[in-house]
Amino acid sequence: MKRQMQSRSIGRKDKTFLAMLLPIMILFFLFNTLPLLQGFAYSFTNFRGFGSYNFVGLRNYVNLFQDDRIGHSYQFTFLVAIVTTIIVNVISLVLAIGLNSKIRFKSTLRGIYFIPAVLGGLVIGYIFNFFFTYILPAFGQAVGSATLSSSFLSNPQLAWIAVVIVVAWQSIAMNTIIYISGLQTVPQDVYEAGALDGATGWKKFKNLTLPLIMPFVTINMVLCMKNFLMVFDQIMSLTKGGPAQSTESISYLIYNNGLGGGQFGYQSANAVIFFVIIVIISLLQLKFLGSKEEQL
Amino acid sequence: MNTDRSVNRVRRRTNWPITILMIIGCVTIFFPLYMTVIIAFKKPSEMTNDILGALQPPAHWSLSNFSEAMKVTNFGQTLGYSILITLCTVVLSVIIHSLAGYAVGRNMARKKFYKFAYFYMLSGMFVPFAILMMPEVKQAALLHLANWGGVIILYVVFFMPMNMLLYVGYLKNIPMALEEAAYVDGAGVWSTFWHVIFPNMMPMHATVAVLTALSAWNDVMTPLVMMGGSGANTLPLAQLNFQSQFSTNYNLAFASYLLALIPILIFYLICQKQIINGVVNGAIK
Repeated sequence: MKRQMQSRSIGRKDKTFLAMLLPIMILFFLFNTLPLLQGFAYSFTNFRGFGSYNFVGLRNYVNLFQDDRIGHSYQFTFLVAIVTTIIVNVISLVLAIGLNSKIRFKSTLRGIYFIPAVLGGLVIGYIFNFFFTYILPAFGQAVGSATLSSSFLSNPQLAWIAVVIVVAWQSIAMNTIIYISGLQTVPQDVYEAGALDGATGWKKFKNLTLPLIMPFVTINMVLCMKNFLMVFDQIMSLTKGGPAQSTESISYLIYNNGLGGGQFGYQSANAVIFFVIIVIISLLQLKFLGSKEEQL
Repeated sequence: MNTDRSVNRVRRRTNWPITILMIIGCVTIFFPLYMTVIIAFKKPSEMTNDILGALQPPAHWSLSNFSEAMKVTNFGQTLGYSILITLCTVVLSVIIHSLAGYAVGRNMARKKFYKFAYFYMLSGMFVPFAILMMPEVKQAALLHLANWGGVIILYVVFFMPMNMLLYVGYLKNIPMALEEAAYVDGAGVWSTFWHVIFPNMMPMHATVAVLTALSAWNDVMTPLVMMGGSGANTLPLAQLNFQSQFSTNYNLAFASYLLALIPILIFYLICQKQIINGVVNGAIK
């Protein structure tokens, strides 16, 4: 009798849990899975975003691999993502070590270095746009440097550097804070024991600090890479893909040509490829997250 | 003995060279902000071609650029939309995502369906907005959601995987005994959630609120594709849409940029500790 009551109450609990979860799952399906499936379906059509369209099989995918503009956008996006990931992680780690050492005004300084992380990428892009268009060339002329005298943003060879600088300026803030919390997990007595063995300076960093915070390095690298591959805001405000289409990121191209350029179906195919790449990187991320959990 | 003392001394002494280097490094943070403030307060006639001229403080600190920028970008209404969207997203996210986290986290060990639900919704982390964007524009037009309401729905769905992951992780720290006590007292699942679990998840609510608010406030892409044609703007979207009206009047443009940055800067100044803690919690969990 008692067991029966208990099982009935478990049954009622299950119903309540289902009533909590199902609407949320339906919402998730409607606004995440369904559009994903639709995007996948559109990728096999020649839909322009309006009007009628036909099924074209794999033609979009075949064309993608022969399209120079698409190829260049992947090249540009990966170049920016890889270079920025390296720059951001090196500078963040140096800053984190500095901000974690025995300095004065520690919390104020940490607060200041974090400011870029709370600001929006678009507006920061506009501010740097002015900097690259007017301030830096004026500085270049003043010091007589030919490279700096003309704007980075109007030079197809150099515009990507401006994108790297702006994206890095913002991302360093977040990564520094994550590295600081990583450095705080290293117990002080490790350093004290190391100091007795003569491990100081670079040796201390290479042999003690770096191996101990390695999980943070890998997770930061993967997160950076994933975020930077999706770069969009800074492209919108810095270059709008120019000059001469030299700074079109994958997201920017999908947005610009897919929604405005009549390539809805074609860019859907591009988005599917992009999705596969992000999935691979996210799987790496989960793998690193899992291995870190075991260690800590 | 000797080494002991030197270790102690090292621990206490302030490292001034690094302190000074770190202070100098702040220039890289402040320079763009300084530039923004200076240009925002100047008149176009004060802008000269050499750097010193452009970066000099204005002769008169005038607010006229700001009042005009407010008029051009419809600042009051735009700020209103940004606050409305961010607040609704945060409140709905905290409620819906903690509910999802609770339902999934407490049942996935015994029931396959919840485990499936967990991994199904977690897989949303893998989906870049770029692939959803185009079908979602079609969908929004169909459902009459091409407005701020649609943006909020998309945010709640888009931030769900990450936030649910955080809540499920945090739930492991809340002992089952608390809930069982409530059940013994005759409380149902709902009232147990509201009276026992929800208040106990406070630290994670703070983290989720901070992460969600920052992402929603600064996002451009979602409002751009969802409410681009609705005439309403969020703060970043207004900067994008009114670029052409600023044309070459950089002082007006920078006044507008500064206006767009000030709300989040004030918020950061007030809740600096909570924001940094929230971001760190979210990132290393």
